[in-house]
Amino acid sequence: MDLHFTDAIADEGERAAIDGILGPPDSGWGGGKRDAQSSRQSVGGQAARGRRHLLLPALHAVQAHAGWISPGALNYLCARLTVPPAEAYGVASFYALFSTTPQPPTVVHLCDDIACKTRGADALCARLEAEFGPAGSSRTDAPTTWKRSPCLGLCDKAPAAFVQRAGPGREDFSAAPVSAEQVLATLRAPVELDLETSASDAAAERDRRPAEMDVVDEAHRPDQPARQPGISAARPAAPNASSTRSPSHPLTLSLHHCGAEPASLDEYRARGGYQALRAALEMGAPAIIRELADAKLTGRGGAAFPTSVKWKAVAEAPARPHYVVCNADESEPGTFKDRVLMERDPFAVIESFTIAGIACGAEQGYLYIRGEYPEATRQLDQAIAQARMRGLLGSDIMGRGVEFDIEIRRGGGAYICGEETALLESIEGKRGEPRNKPPFPAQEGLFGKPTAVNNVETLVNVLPILARGGPEYAATGTAQSTGTRLFCVSGCVEQPGVYEVPYGLSLRELLRLAGGVTASNALQAVLLGGAAGAFVRPDELDIPLTLEGARAAGATLGSGVVMVFDDTVDIQAVVVRIAAFFRDESCGQCVPCRVGTVRQEEALRRLVAGSAHPEQEIALLGELDQVMRDASICGLGQTASTAILSAIHRLGLFQGGAR
Amino acid sequence: MIVLWGSNAREAHPIFFHHVLKAIRSGAKLYVVDPRRTSSAEWADRWLGLDVGTDIALSNTVAREIIHAGLANRTFIENATSGYAEYAASVEPWTLDRGAAVTGVPADAIRALAHDYARADRAQMCWTLGITEHHNAVDNVLCLINLALLCGHVGRWGCGLTPLRGQNNVQGGGDMGAIPNKLPGFQDIEEDAGARARFEAAWGVPIIPEYGWHLTQMFAAMERGELNTLYVIGENPAQSEADGRHARHLLEGLDFLVVQDIFRTKTAEMADVVFPASAAWCESEGTVTNSERRVQRVRKALDAPGGARDDLDILSDLALRLGHDWGRPTAEQVWDELRSLSPMHAGMSYARLEALGGIAWPCYDESDPGATFLHGRLWETDETTRGPRAPLSAVGDEGPRDLLSNEYPLRLTTGRRLDSFNTGVQTGAFASPMRNGETLDLSPEDGARFNVAAGETVRIVSRRGCIEAPVRYDAGLRPGLAFMTMHFPDDVDVNDLTIDATDPKSGTAEFKATAIRIERLVERSQ
Repeated sequence: MDLHFTDAIADEGERAAIDGILGPPDSGWGGGKRDAQSSRQSVGGQAARGRRHLLLPALHAVQAHAGWISPGALNYLCARLTVPPAEAYGVASFYALFSTTPQPPTVVHLCDDIACKTRGADALCARLEAEFGPAGSSRTDAPTTWKRSPCLGLCDKAPAAFVQRAGPGREDFSAAPVSAEQVLATLRAPVELDLETSASDAAAERDRRPAEMDVVDEAHRPDQPARQPGISAARPAAPNASSTRSPSHPLTLSLHHCGAEPASLDEYRARGGYQALRAALEMGAPAIIRELADAKLTGRGGAAFPTSVKWKAVAEAPARPHYVVCNADESEPGTFKDRVLMERDPFAVIESFTIAGIACGAEQGYLYIRGEYPEATRQLDQAIAQARMRGLLGSDIMGRGVEFDIEIRRGGGAYICGEETALLESIEGKRGEPRNKPPFPAQEGLFGKPTAVNNVETLVNVLPILARGGPEYAATGTAQSTGTRLFCVSGCVEQPGVYEVPYGLSLRELLRLAGGVTASNALQAVLLGGAAGAFVRPDELDIPLTLEGARAAGATLGSGVVMVFDDTVDIQAVVVRIAAFFRDESCGQCVPCRVGTVRQEEALRRLVAGSAHPEQEIALLGELDQVMRDASICGLGQTASTAILSAIHRLGLFQGGAR
Repeated sequence: MIVLWGSNAREAHPIFFHHVLKAIRSGAKLYVVDPRRTSSAEWADRWLGLDVGTDIALSNTVAREIIHAGLANRTFIENATSGYAEYAASVEPWTLDRGAAVTGVPADAIRALAHDYARADRAQMCWTLGITEHHNAVDNVLCLINLALLCGHVGRWGCGLTPLRGQNNVQGGGDMGAIPNKLPGFQDIEEDAGARARFEAAWGVPIIPEYGWHLTQMFAAMERGELNTLYVIGENPAQSEADGRHARHLLEGLDFLVVQDIFRTKTAEMADVVFPASAAWCESEGTVTNSERRVQRVRKALDAPGGARDDLDILSDLALRLGHDWGRPTAEQVWDELRSLSPMHAGMSYARLEALGGIAWPCYDESDPGATFLHGRLWETDETTRGPRAPLSAVGDEGPRDLLSNEYPLRLTTGRRLDSFNTGVQTGAFASPMRNGETLDLSPEDGARFNVAAGETVRIVSRRGCIEAPVRYDAGLRPGLAFMTMHFPDDVDVNDLTIDATDPKSGTAEFKATAIRIERLVERSQ
């Protein structure tokens, strides 16, 4: 609680980085110059702590400047915000993208999660270990190092890398697919990489790109001459109208903008953008919410909660102000649809988020985006700036006197922050530890005020609903699952990517759209719904992809993950990786999850190693599942065993089935 | 809103401060008025760094600003206070500019305090020794009471005037009559004949209807040769008195000195007879009363070591030797006698104290839940139930007695640190990683001005004595202000420096304001 500072002093650059977020200090007590005035009074308290929510942005600034959060920088930041340094250290050390020990300015985060595993991530990591050294190993004065990473949301282009870079003008970027040669070249000879992809390369890319809407990087493929050694940045596809091959289904979503230049507001408007916002301003909040209710829109983040109910609760809450939060912290392994939406259609995200603000009576929206999504962040940043300039955000939207603005908050690399209350904690500048519910965010959310938290895909669905009316939207799909759904197809398929299909299509049809199993190998299993989802067998492919259909089959659509494993994949290794993922990402707040995820991984490793009593281990896994399901605070612990047990019970893993 | 005026509660009252922090977390504003920017001030919405001893000037300026801004509670003033006109006239000269010039606090900070305090829905005014260890201590307290009355911040739940007590049972000591002018339950010895009669009937001895001497008067009486026998229970005056050398000289001149304590204090070493006592918090039964007037049970957990005995046993035996057989009363029997004599404790049986987890007085009978706040009568609409008016008191500003000069240019103030207590009798026995021994704390600017390095031992000279201590830099101090504790009198007796200028009304010495200079012991080679 107290402000116990160490003697460490921030250097000029660290101060400048922090002042860039907080503004210059106003007195000697905030780390400024001691003068006669500041020896006689100081101002702080509630006002200073009220800016606690700037802790994470400031930590990002320091990390981006120095490559780590030094004790001196932490002291200065804490003096400015009157946050105890011990507590701020607890925050900084919670997030994977912040380092509280010195590390090289360039860190290559290499995904070794399940989707990348199907595309050679293990071999890639093994080569790096052999030729560069184990993950994280590097002298602190070396210019580079590498780390293993959980899913980076680039599963369609696996294997993926995220390059975190500190120093002036050095931005983070993602790249996929990457080869061992590229990563090694980057690690050994870090040069200022050219972030721009030349037009000719883009054109070459376009010609051979699978004609899906999947975001494609411009990384050098093995069959192309590399312009330079090392990894270069993944960039969204250049405009290519002809490439938006509709999967022969009626598109209700605004993804049809995807072929356009995502950075152009004019082009977005030319294609009908911002008509929904104009309609929303005409309709007013109750009518908007009525349309959503008619459309039976449900949340696309995984929980499938009726959006109209959530918005209505916030809109009618007496406490003020209200907030809306866009959950763009897409971290469920195998999920990348929101990234695609943000990179390819940022204005649709902003427009629908603005409508959410109007419907919920909020004047401030926070868009919490995954820290590993640098390109989506850049796209949204510039889109928000344009929207502000054109009066589509700000104090007088479309000249109607309505106020709404959006602030982007970048996550720090923590899966748990996708849980909505952990996300709120994170925006408030704290460790991303989920809250007990109730109260629900609609009652007491961000800063204790009524808050609507919505996933990116959910928001974007508001646009077709307002454009065509709720009932017409509801005509697509089934009675209970209306509209279309984005599925993230990855793993062993010919054409991985984001597929927008109406609810009701069967899993088999979806796989057919994606070109079927790679190299016509035999299908072994499909992971439906993500790491918190369930495995299904090849004989279960007629599961209808609807909320109720998945539920009836004992599975879930979750965040729309459809990850395909052919018979060359070691499912045991996949399951262990899922267990390791949950062990790593458990926030540690509640015991069942903190301990349960560790015990679960241990039991699985014993099983893989050939346990003498597999039936005992499986019984233990069942008990752990029960305890975590019953007693964990949030969904992470409650579903940490779901996929693993489904592999055992549905696929027969460790019982003679699967491998 | 909470005002800590002359209080570093974070370090001196850590348990109380936890409650302050709870209030802060639920949105309360905190103002801290203190010459030093203390660890309490770090939590404050605003800290006002006034010059030592200018509290009355600051209060009067705040009052004038409240009155001129139309923020005074006229209804409360008219219904429940007296002396407003005179008071208002007395603060009239204290414009913000004059207040700023005298106190050193910027005018906008004074204005902010005035407006926030007056506009607060509920406000607590808390103070400690920063207010009372001055030669005009009572006037200092009165000037804070004035502010509360001016705004009607008394007699309502969540409002009030809160002197924070230095020990868990200081309040209880006064309540039980360990003050020279009151019988237990604050019944006046001179004025309350009915109370005297009740005590005389219960005790079978006459009660002399005269006030006794308080501590400072006792030392004066020693000096005059009128007091030559002293029985000291749980005090260490040899080290806790201002102008310590003089105090020890007087103690040495006594004919007979008895000390009853749980430690062998410096005073005990001078004593003719020492009664080793048991530790009240774990080796005896009884009650304590904390700052919020809450009486709580204390239970015996351990037998006292060696020949140490319960205070009650020692006193009963002593009475027997002096010819009064009190028997061997238990703590509860003594308490029940008190309840029969002190109306405000009447309803507090041990059973009820246990069941309710303590009761705040007054508690007049066994159906009375106690009182969470006092003086609620002032808000009664009926004039007779409202009772006597609360007086506003015009108080003049008087700076510290020990004036700064070219010879003594630095203002030394004293206080506590979190992990030590007073003269260290109770805390010196255990180690603390945060305890660095006595230091002379200086601002970094003064360190440069006097060319002394951190850690360098210097001589500190006042008009009464000189001591040596190492220098420590504290950025919470401004140029011209120095700070020391009184925790390590065996090593560095800070009270050799302090002035024994005492407040004639309360008898408290001016520990908080000493003029000093620093002398280097070794000239540093250039």
